[in-house]
Amino acid sequence: MNAAAAPAAKRKPAPLLPPEDARDGALVFVVAVLCFLACIAVVAALGANRAANGWRTQLTGSATVIVRPSASETADAAAERAAEALSAIRPGVAEADVLEKEKAQALLAPWLGTGDVLEDLPVPRLVSVDLDPKAPASVSAMDKALKAAGVDATIDDHSLWLKDVLRAGLMARIAALGAAALITAAAAAVIAFATRAGLAARRDLVNVLHFAGAEDRFIAGLFQVRFARMAALAGLLGAGAAAMIATAARVLGGGAGLTPVLPLAWSDLLVLPACPLIAGLVAALAARLTALALLKETV
Amino acid sequence: MASSDDEEAGFDEEPVVRFDGVGLRYGRAPEVLKDISFSLQPGSFHFLTGASGAGKTSLLRLIHLGLTPTRGLISLFGHDPTKMKRSELPLMRRRIGVVYADRQLLDHLNAFDNVALPLRLAGRVPSDYTPDVVELLAWVGLAEKIDAYPAALSGGEQQRLAIARAVVNRPDILLADEPTGNVDQEMALRILRLFVELNRLGSTVLIASLDDDLVARSGRPVMHLTDGRLSLYRDPDA
Repeated sequence: MNAAAAPAAKRKPAPLLPPEDARDGALVFVVAVLCFLACIAVVAALGANRAANGWRTQLTGSATVIVRPSASETADAAAERAAEALSAIRPGVAEADVLEKEKAQALLAPWLGTGDVLEDLPVPRLVSVDLDPKAPASVSAMDKALKAAGVDATIDDHSLWLKDVLRAGLMARIAALGAAALITAAAAAVIAFATRAGLAARRDLVNVLHFAGAEDRFIAGLFQVRFARMAALAGLLGAGAAAMIATAARVLGGGAGLTPVLPLAWSDLLVLPACPLIAGLVAALAARLTALALLKETV
Repeated sequence: MASSDDEEAGFDEEPVVRFDGVGLRYGRAPEVLKDISFSLQPGSFHFLTGASGAGKTSLLRLIHLGLTPTRGLISLFGHDPTKMKRSELPLMRRRIGVVYADRQLLDHLNAFDNVALPLRLAGRVPSDYTPDVVELLAWVGLAEKIDAYPAALSGGEQQRLAIARAVVNRPDILLADEPTGNVDQEMALRILRLFVELNRLGSTVLIASLDDDLVARSGRPVMHLTDGRLSLYRDPDA
């Protein structure tokens, strides 16, 4: 006995649940795929958020004034006066510049070509207005200034576009986050199913534990820890794969490549380490609640 | 021990187990236990006999809260288990050691961890329980098999391991279902001595057995089941 007692003093209790069996490999794969999809959805939501913010900043910070020539003066002169009148609005306008004729013609080139026809047409002149970001001038203020200067012009403050752009951005974010939430719920359901199967497969063990005096929460805890660890590992794999995809999109896409409409920043990748943690917590909760509910049905 | 006879015999201690008109059926099948009434006094030692299918295992399962009766009343340590909260049952079960007929050892745990199981569940730490477990394994003759897994043990060794697990936390009640079912006579007597020793330390012991010879040699009182009824109570001293 003494011979056995010496090494016994350093004994570490063996895990009460048997070592993982073959089913766990498939389960890790399924949860890892779900984690990957959830990560991609969240990164896409962040990209959509950044894109929407960018579009809003660009659209709300500027206006375009279309100046029509009148009988008494040339379009160029009218545009110059419009720019002067608009520049005088302080605070409200940071800068107002006449868009050079060549640039205006370049904008029309795709439709009218670059031939002489543009010289003969009464091409409206454009005044590009940069608004003061702290106190942007309203359309009515600019309109009033133009009328006072006697310029026949139309102001486009992009508000028509802005509403649609913002709505599209919001919808993209909601869709991405909704997908992430659905995927999380699916992962929880997968873990609940696996817990149910695990309890059924280990029914003899659960009975022995029960009759030896184990509390339901103790037995539920065994399954909780097991599935939390498994999901955290799957989360790590899924987040790793998502990080590789996002990195590739960022590196290969840059500003005008694969992702011009969904700009990604390196900082977006910082959300990915949360995936194993969230996967572990969701799995722990799903396994615990499922096990407790099932154990209540036993003797 | 038992029933109204015992009360006449002058036992005034609260029985650890009391059955009163207990019946049990599985589903819609006929009752496997009928009108069972008896009581076990603290520190008593009884055998439960009867042919296969007489209801011995069912009766033991009722005592260790593995089944609930379909009628009648059961009292354990003075409490009605059906009126207890589910969270209170584990504490009750920890006071009852059970040796199952099929032993129910955990195959993925070695002999040491199988025996230590009830102590782990009771919240004791390895440094605290290791000496007790090692000593008990030596007591049942398994000191050399401390790291062996159940699959590597003989039937008799598995039986002793199951007994060690049942007694390791010094239960108030020890229930054993055919504990000498597949061991030779010498080992059966050794196991019996182990139960007697535990009984001497204060545990109430109830052993279901088909081994008439062992029962007779033990000289202990017997409860006999016939077709689900407690048909005979025989006290050798009576």
